[in-house]
Amino acid sequence: MFNHLLSLLIWLPIVGAIPVLLAGSGRPNTARWISLLVAVLTFVLSLYLLSQYNAADSTKQLAEDHLWIASLGVHYSLAVDGISIALILLTTFVGILVIVGAWEVIQNKPHQYMAAMLVLEGLMIGVFCATDALLFYVFFEAMLIPMFILIGIWGGPRRVYATLKFFIYTFLGSIFMLVGLIYLYLKAGTFDLQTLAALPLDMKEQTWLFFAFLAAFAVKVPMVPVHTWLPDAHVEAPTGGSVVLAAVMLKIGGYGFLRFSLPIVPDASEAYAWVVIGLSLIAVVYIGYIALVQDDMKKLVAYSSVAHMGFVTLGIFIAFMLVRGAGNLDAAKLGMQGAMVQMISHGFVSGAMFSCIGVLYDRLHTRQIKDYGGVINVMPWFGFFYVLFAMANSGLPGTSGFVGEFQVVLASFQANPWIALFAAFTLIIGAAYTLYMVKRVLWGDITNPHVAEMKDINGRELFVLGAFAAAVLALGIWPQPLIHLMDSSVTQLVQQLGNHKI
Amino acid sequence: MPNINDILIMLPELYLVVAACLLLLLDAFMKPEQRGVLHWLSVAVLLVGIYLVVAGQPPQPVVAFGGMFVRDGVAEILKVFALLCTALVFIYARPYLIDRKLFIGEFYTLTIFAVIGIMLLVSAGSLVTVYLGLELLTLSSYALVALNRDSPLSSEAAIKYFVLGALASGMLLYGMSMVYGATATLDLASLHTAAAHTGMPNLLLFGLIFMIVGIGFKLGAAPFHMWIPDVYQGSPTAVTIFIGSAPKLAAFGMAYRLLESGLGDLSQHWQQMLAVLAVLSLAIGNLVAIVQTNLKRLLAYSTISHMGYLLLGLVNAGPEGYASALFYAISYALMGTAAFGVILALARAGFECEEIDDLKGLNQRSPWMAFLMMLVMFSLAGVPPLFGFFAKLLVLQAAIHAGMLWLAIVGAVFAIIGLYYYLRVVKVMYFDQPNEGAELKMQQDPSVRVVLSLNALSLLVLGFAWGPLLGWCRSVFPG
Repeated sequence: MFNHLLSLLIWLPIVGAIPVLLAGSGRPNTARWISLLVAVLTFVLSLYLLSQYNAADSTKQLAEDHLWIASLGVHYSLAVDGISIALILLTTFVGILVIVGAWEVIQNKPHQYMAAMLVLEGLMIGVFCATDALLFYVFFEAMLIPMFILIGIWGGPRRVYATLKFFIYTFLGSIFMLVGLIYLYLKAGTFDLQTLAALPLDMKEQTWLFFAFLAAFAVKVPMVPVHTWLPDAHVEAPTGGSVVLAAVMLKIGGYGFLRFSLPIVPDASEAYAWVVIGLSLIAVVYIGYIALVQDDMKKLVAYSSVAHMGFVTLGIFIAFMLVRGAGNLDAAKLGMQGAMVQMISHGFVSGAMFSCIGVLYDRLHTRQIKDYGGVINVMPWFGFFYVLFAMANSGLPGTSGFVGEFQVVLASFQANPWIALFAAFTLIIGAAYTLYMVKRVLWGDITNPHVAEMKDINGRELFVLGAFAAAVLALGIWPQPLIHLMDSSVTQLVQQLGNHKI
Repeated sequence: MPNINDILIMLPELYLVVAACLLLLLDAFMKPEQRGVLHWLSVAVLLVGIYLVVAGQPPQPVVAFGGMFVRDGVAEILKVFALLCTALVFIYARPYLIDRKLFIGEFYTLTIFAVIGIMLLVSAGSLVTVYLGLELLTLSSYALVALNRDSPLSSEAAIKYFVLGALASGMLLYGMSMVYGATATLDLASLHTAAAHTGMPNLLLFGLIFMIVGIGFKLGAAPFHMWIPDVYQGSPTAVTIFIGSAPKLAAFGMAYRLLESGLGDLSQHWQQMLAVLAVLSLAIGNLVAIVQTNLKRLLAYSTISHMGYLLLGLVNAGPEGYASALFYAISYALMGTAAFGVILALARAGFECEEIDDLKGLNQRSPWMAFLMMLVMFSLAGVPPLFGFFAKLLVLQAAIHAGMLWLAIVGAVFAIIGLYYYLRVVKVMYFDQPNEGAELKMQQDPSVRVVLSLNALSLLVLGFAWGPLLGWCRSVFPG
């Protein structure tokens, strides 16, 4: 069994979805409890995975390898490094919280909702484990199906538009990656990522492949200008869908850059790093301003996600300028590390923000900021959490939001102070749009009579928000364990950046 | 003179001819209420046919009747899946036919004769056998389309199919006569060598073009696709499901026999022509499907686009490409039977379940059926981990390998466009509220339920275990 730990992690939630479905709409509580059990088991299993992992060793560990398609030489191969484990832990952690978060909220076919969530969780873990490009692609695309259903059935009024846009947008990006992967396969005779990383490619090939990968991952992250699906998807998605989307799914875009763009097409990535850095800065500054003027809370947080993910792409690609331009490996590592910490942190913070909005939405069935005001008077506990997460979202030191952004800004300063200047704008803009929202929602007098009737959070909601709060604070005060977990993998990635392929 | 060996090589076909005649006789002497026996006998006949095909398969390709008939690995795979799909068709069609008072013996005999045509066609060793098999298939199909003779829509479809089909047959025959003129042989194997040394290359090319028209018509590839939507929509669904599945395998077999076995030397010419057909089919199929409101018409245009993908595999003109095209044809046949199977299972007396809107809110009425249809739609769209994705992957790979990266990119772009209308079907089933008063119920017949579930779930299972099938497809094309 222990040679198959990763497979078990992937398939446990997926197979676990079957009894949940079978429990049927007749016994919604059975379905809820089974799915919670499966989610908790998966989380425990991922903790066990953490204990089995040797962080000092930079190679991929706990590898599994089975020949999948003999005549093509495609393997079902899985392995993890520190980065994957961090993201898997994030996934399983969020996996429990979305199940608990949906407990009473989802009344329409709860068994199908829970099953879709579990399948989604398994597929996302699969993305983080796959070391075969085709297997990665299969998980990467299969993920869209449960998400499509989640938004489409349990979403808001414009859910059909939003979910179609989400699906088609993402599919559009990734199909070009598929063509690129087939091209690589025909050249290398394998889909194995490690072999592809060592495959010599000339600049023209690298450029085409770089843009094919960029199309896939930029949509997923999402980067400007292909971010427009995200606000729509977030606004219409049910709370749990938004949480998973923001907390984990967006990270898959950043993760893809690490696994595909950097090792396979390093020279083109260097040559076009300015494109990604430029788009990242636009995301940070311009999207920040867009967030400022939003009337819908979810839309505001969605835009803030785009801005925060800008730091991830910035951190990854600034490392190129540092390694190749100045040979500054330490700074490059700092930037890369910052990007990784930012991914995890944003997972917690955005998940928490969307959970908070979900709490408000369940009570008043509106997400318009203007419908609220003075919420703190009736929901003091909720107010506490809301302010905490808002602070984390604007990057207050002591919360997780600070660590990653600070590292990325430090690293970019060593590459080019101008880049750092624009990146640092986020501290102002981020604080502006988040606190402005808090001001309008929490403080002031109660103007809407319905707000006066709102009840403070119950035990279930307290659990979800408390768990997020613990994670946000733990990561903010003591990020060392996370950094240590990913350290050897990040070091190795940064060293790889120096390898020329031409 | 044919000897006993020839007979043995052709045993599955001969067995089916005898069985079909016996079924016809049996039907004549049977009381109408005993037709259930006939139904199960027909299914059994097909399954025994599969056994005969597989059990008698010689290790090396053999020919019979002086090269007229070839029994090789390609023919074996195509026959197995053609028989299998037809058996599925019989099972799905029974309740539908009973409800519409079309449960008559002719449906079974005609379909079995059409299958015999398919088997001859894919085993053809000479231009004559190609034509013979094709005509047997299409003539039986014309009659099947007109099965519901009181329906004007059905009759119109049959006439349209007949006129266009006759035209295409004429084109094909004309092309064959040209090729014969240039090479002085009808035998495909000697044609292959003669084509390389012909003194009249222009005449040969001229013949090739006409033959491509015939093949394009059979495949339903644009611009020879006109008959597909009308025939799909006009035929009783029980016939549409047949026309949409097994004959696609036959069309692949015909293309392979004529183009590779016969005119393989001209591949640099026909590759270009097929590439054009592929792009047109992808474009017309996918774009026109978007605006369809009738489910059968939507699937018709989807077929056209899928034939475009199949052509991407053929364009490769190498063993790997043929294997991918064969794989695609099999995957399409399985998906097609499952898709129409769902439509058949939802139809009942007085209700056809033909419009996309008829599926509204299916998830609330019959979640299992909606789930099966969702699997089929995502498989048709080519979303992993479903079977259809891997079929697309292989044909794209074949096209890139043939140096036609642009063609693969065109295929990829149209996959995105095609995604939209498949998603729309899922959307209607899952996100919309059911129509007032409409009762969507799954067919209660247990055989339909079980087999249809297996058929649709196989798309998921084969998405994980497609290796052996691909291995089989690759093993039959000598490298």
